[in-house]
Amino acid sequence: MTVAAEGSPPLRIAGARRNPLLQSEAVQGFALISPTFVYALILLVLPILVVIAHSFWTQNYLTIDHTFTLENYRIALTEPIYRDLLWRSLYISLTVSLLTVALAYPIAYFISFHGGRHKSLWLFLITIPFWTSYLLRVMSWKVILGYNGVLNSGLMGLGIISEPSDALLYNSTAVIITLTHAWATFAILPIFVSLEKVDRTLVEAATDLGDGPLRSFLRVTLPLSAPGVISAALIVMIPTVGDYVTPKLVGGKDGVMIANTIQAQFGKASNWPLGAALSVTTMIIVSLMAGATVLVIRALQRLAR
Amino acid sequence: MTATRRFLPGWLSSYATLYILFLYLPVIFLPIFSINTAATPKFPLSGVTLHWYEDLPKTPALIDATWNSLIVGVSASILSTVLGILAARSITRYRYPGRRAINGLIMAPLVLPEVIVAISMLLVMLQLGLSLSLLTVVLGHVLVCIPYSMTVLTSGFEGFDRSLEEASADLGESAFGTFRRVTLPMVAPAIISSLLVCFTISLDEFIIAFFLTGTEATLPIYIWGQLRFAAKLPGVLALGTLLLFASFVLMTIAEILRRRAARRTQNEGGLYA
Repeated sequence: MTVAAEGSPPLRIAGARRNPLLQSEAVQGFALISPTFVYALILLVLPILVVIAHSFWTQNYLTIDHTFTLENYRIALTEPIYRDLLWRSLYISLTVSLLTVALAYPIAYFISFHGGRHKSLWLFLITIPFWTSYLLRVMSWKVILGYNGVLNSGLMGLGIISEPSDALLYNSTAVIITLTHAWATFAILPIFVSLEKVDRTLVEAATDLGDGPLRSFLRVTLPLSAPGVISAALIVMIPTVGDYVTPKLVGGKDGVMIANTIQAQFGKASNWPLGAALSVTTMIIVSLMAGATVLVIRALQRLAR
Repeated sequence: MTATRRFLPGWLSSYATLYILFLYLPVIFLPIFSINTAATPKFPLSGVTLHWYEDLPKTPALIDATWNSLIVGVSASILSTVLGILAARSITRYRYPGRRAINGLIMAPLVLPEVIVAISMLLVMLQLGLSLSLLTVVLGHVLVCIPYSMTVLTSGFEGFDRSLEEASADLGESAFGTFRRVTLPMVAPAIISSLLVCFTISLDEFIIAFFLTGTEATLPIYIWGQLRFAAKLPGVLALGTLLLFASFVLMTIAEILRRRAARRTQNEGGLYA
């Protein structure tokens, strides 16, 4: 009754006011976010544009020659040293993202499907180590894998090896282990979130229709959680390709990655344009690799169905 | 089939326990070796001592680095939380074109390689003629802290019931009064949580500080410098243990507050809906 009494006329007025109201809401919302937006523009977008610009210039001792050139890109892509570093960085970041996702999936599944009342406790336990200093976590791997380290002294104490092995530290395997540990949490969370969204009745339906637990997992749960797997893979792959601390501390000569060279171009070598070209090349290639990963996972998802 | 059903969770939970061990074990070695008498970190421990901790306050460079870290951490956490509040409020409260794109840009530092972010900022700061100092470190830390601040704050602001604010305005409260007496108490836990998260990130952050600082070192930069000397390792382990402990405590408080904030807005919403 009240609906009828309040009826159409006021509603039509509200409708007429609606458009300017919406516009003002848009203006208010935009005004509110603009300080943060401008901050990101000045300290993220502008700097990236400056790096891109630098990549087309040339270093002339202390000054920079602003004539356009692609020479830096030629060096970045064809000089064996940079090409090798780039390949190694891509190989390491791809391996690390596959490993972290493969190791993280069962635990995300466990928490989502069997976590019960303790779900949030499990999530908390998993996130805590991530909040400790990255530098310190890398340092602890150095302590573990070192010549006089935990693993060597432990294995010797158990009588498994007679003298310390120097094969543990200062190679790309050490870098992969350390990065896999450091990024574990980042992989678990997105997978967990997408598993939480999986409609449990679908899994039940599959079981009712005669699928065993493994089949219903492979054909229902796994494909439905693909978005989480994709974001987990990307969130690990892109940052790890440019990791600086881990290769520097545990990588040794064999584990040097592209970021160490980029840093050197801005430091000792003092060739900003080459450093800029290396950064841009790395970003473009890792984006391509990320795109390919997404396509592969999507294709697998379709196959599974 | 029921057998597999029963067997699978058992198998998974032992995997989960192993995984937690893998996550924690490396970190636990820092405190263990920080109380070891020998300078090399290996088993068996040669004896227990607090000697390395006692030496810490006697190192002037370390005291300076601690102050620098505190200054940077407090400034960065306040600035990024203020910027985070504005953005999170805008994202959760208003609908406008370009909202998703702007949000994506603000969150981008989370998924970009830190070295590239740091070097880009370094280039611009040098071009602008800014001399590198703790201020430039703060500016860099704010950029990487905002995404975390946003995550914490949006989860606190989401589900926030607008009718409460409208009710307050209808009952004659001014806009500021509404903000102070209705909005603020509801979101305060999320804001404090964001401050703690940002402070912890800034305290532990190395790469950006490493590139953007002048001569002043923050704690991670101090640690980095000490890592070159094998003899200094126990001191670094002791300092690292204290940092780990600080991060752990801060993040636990932040998490408790964030949950309380999320629960509060949802519960209140549920009550009045």
